[in-house]
Amino acid sequence: MSGQTAIRIEHLGKRFGAGPLVLDDVNLDIGSGEFVCLLGASGCGKSTLLNLIAGLDRPTTGTIDAPTEGAAVMFQESALMPWLTARQNVELALRLRGVPRTARRSGALELLDVVNLADAAEKRPHELSGGMRQRVALARALAQDRPVLLMDEPFAALDAITRDLLHEELERVWRQTGRTIVFVTHNVREAARLGQRVVLLSSRPGRVAGEWRIAETSGRRIESPEVAALSIEITEQLRKEIRRNAA
Amino acid sequence: MPRDTLIEEAEGRGAGRGAPEARLETQRLETQRLETRAREAEAGFATPLRGSSTHDHDDLRSLEAGLDRLQTTADGRPSAWRRFTTSVLPPILFVVVLLVAWQLYVVIAQPRPDLAPGPLDVAGAIGTAWESGRLQLAVWTSLERGVLGFLIAVIVGTPLGLLLAEAKPLRRAVGPIISGLQVLPSVAWVPAAIIWFGLSDATVYFVVLMGAVPSIVNGLIAGVEQVPPQLRRVGTVLGAGPGRLATLVVLPAALPGYVAGLKQGWAFSWRSLMAAEIITTGGTIGFGLGSMLDQSRELADLAGVLATILVILAIGILIELVFFAPLERRMLRRRGLLVERAR
Repeated sequence: MSGQTAIRIEHLGKRFGAGPLVLDDVNLDIGSGEFVCLLGASGCGKSTLLNLIAGLDRPTTGTIDAPTEGAAVMFQESALMPWLTARQNVELALRLRGVPRTARRSGALELLDVVNLADAAEKRPHELSGGMRQRVALARALAQDRPVLLMDEPFAALDAITRDLLHEELERVWRQTGRTIVFVTHNVREAARLGQRVVLLSSRPGRVAGEWRIAETSGRRIESPEVAALSIEITEQLRKEIRRNAA
Repeated sequence: MPRDTLIEEAEGRGAGRGAPEARLETQRLETQRLETRAREAEAGFATPLRGSSTHDHDDLRSLEAGLDRLQTTADGRPSAWRRFTTSVLPPILFVVVLLVAWQLYVVIAQPRPDLAPGPLDVAGAIGTAWESGRLQLAVWTSLERGVLGFLIAVIVGTPLGLLLAEAKPLRRAVGPIISGLQVLPSVAWVPAAIIWFGLSDATVYFVVLMGAVPSIVNGLIAGVEQVPPQLRRVGTVLGAGPGRLATLVVLPAALPGYVAGLKQGWAFSWRSLMAAEIITTGGTIGFGLGSMLDQSRELADLAGVLATILVILAIGILIELVFFAPLERRMLRRRGLLVERAR
C-alpha cells in the first residue's frame, strides 16, 4: 500500500524478571495499511510481541515506534462483557473513546452492520455463537477507531467452517477500512491465507526467522493452490526452526 | 448423532433458509452496497474488482446469516404454568402432606396436647395472637429492625468490601479476620453489647451488624476476585482509567458475588436478630418475634412457640422469594449463567 511505516520495531528484546530471553533482537517494519501475520510455534513470544506493540508491556531493550493513538486489540477469547448486549458492548468502546451519548447508539449499530450482525444487536454474548461473539469483538475493536488493529489468535477457538467465513469477513473489513493489521497465529495456512506478508518467528528466544511477501492477495481461499504451496514452504522452514530446539 | 452428519444436515437447511432471507434483504443490501461503494471511492480503495467483490460481499452476508441461524438456538423460556408446576407446586404439596400427616398423628395417637399440639392448635395460637394484636406488633417490630439493620449493614459493608478488594495489602491484613468473623456466631456479641449499650435497640442493631457485615464484605471481595482478568485487560485496552475500569467493568462483573453476599447477609441479619431478641428482653427494647417466642416459653405454651417459629420461618422464606430470588434469577439469566431446569 502506501510507503509510510506504521510500526517500527528495532533491536527489540524482552525478558520477564530474571527469566530467559523471550524476544531477542527483533527488527520489523510494518507499513501503514499492511496486513502482517506473525507466525510461530509455542513459546516464540508472538503474544508478548503483540502486547509490547499494544503498549500493555514495556520492552527490556530496543524500541518500538507505534502510532501515538495506540492500537485496538482483539484476543482469542472474545472477552465481551457478559451483562451487556452486543450493541452495548460496542457502545462501551465508543463511550471510552469519548463519543457523546447521542451518537453511540447509531454508531454501534453501524459497526455491527459492518460485521453483518445488525440483527443480533440486542442479544447478549451467551446467546451468540463463538463466531458471532468474535465478530462483535471485531466491531468493538473497530469502534476504537485506531489505525492499527492487533489480533492475538482471534479465530483459534472456532470451528473450521466459521473460521473460513471470518477470514473472508476480516479481509473485507481490512480492504474497506484500510487498517494496519498485525495478526498473530500458529496456523500456517491461516497466515498464508490472510497475510500480505508472513513473518516467521523462531522459538526461545523469538527472532525473525523468515519472511514471505504475497504479491497477489485478492481472491485467495484457504483451499487455493497458491496458499497451499506457500504453506508447504513456510511449514518446512518452521519445522527446521522447531528441530533446532531438539539439539 | 455423529457431528459430521449434523453439520451436513445443517448446511442443507442453512442454504434453504438463507435464500429467501437474502431476497428479503435485497433492498437494504442495495443501499448498503451503494454506501460501501461510496466509502470505498472516498477512501481511495476503488479497485477493478469492485463489481465482483460486492457480489462476494452479498454472498458472504447470506452465508454468515445462515451459519448464525444454525449456531444459535432460539431460547425457550419456560412458560409461567410450567414454572408453577415444576418449582412452585412441589414444595406446597410437600407442606400440605406434612401438615396432613401431623394432624393424622395427633388424631390417631392422641399425644398429650401440651407436649405435641396439632397443626390446628398451632393455627389457633396464631389466630389468638393476631386477635390480641401481639402478632402484628411483633412482626412489624422485627421486620423493621431486620430491614433497617440489613440496610445499615449494606451501607457499611459495600465500601468496606470495595476497599478491601482493591487494596491488596490491606486485604492481606484484614481479610482473614473478616472471614473469621463470618464463622463467629453473632449471638456471642450479645453479652458484650448489653454491657456497652444496655437493654436498648442499639444492642439489637449491633448484633445484626456483626452478623451481616462480614458476609456482605466477603461476598463483594469474592465477586471482585472472580472477575475474569481478560475483562480488565479489555477495559484497559479500550482506554478505561482506574476509575472507569472500576465502575464500568469491575463492579458490574462482580455483581453475582455481591448479590450472593447480600443474600447471605440478609439471612445472617434475620438469624442474629432473632437470637438477640430472645436473649435481650425488657428495658427499652420493643416487642419483637424473638420476645414473643420467649414469652410463650415462659408460659409453657408450646402451640404458641411453634406458631412463632413458623411465622419467623415464613417471613424468612417470603423475603427470599419476593426479593432475592427474582433479583438473582434476572441477573444470572442475563449473563447466561442460569441453567433452566424446566426445559
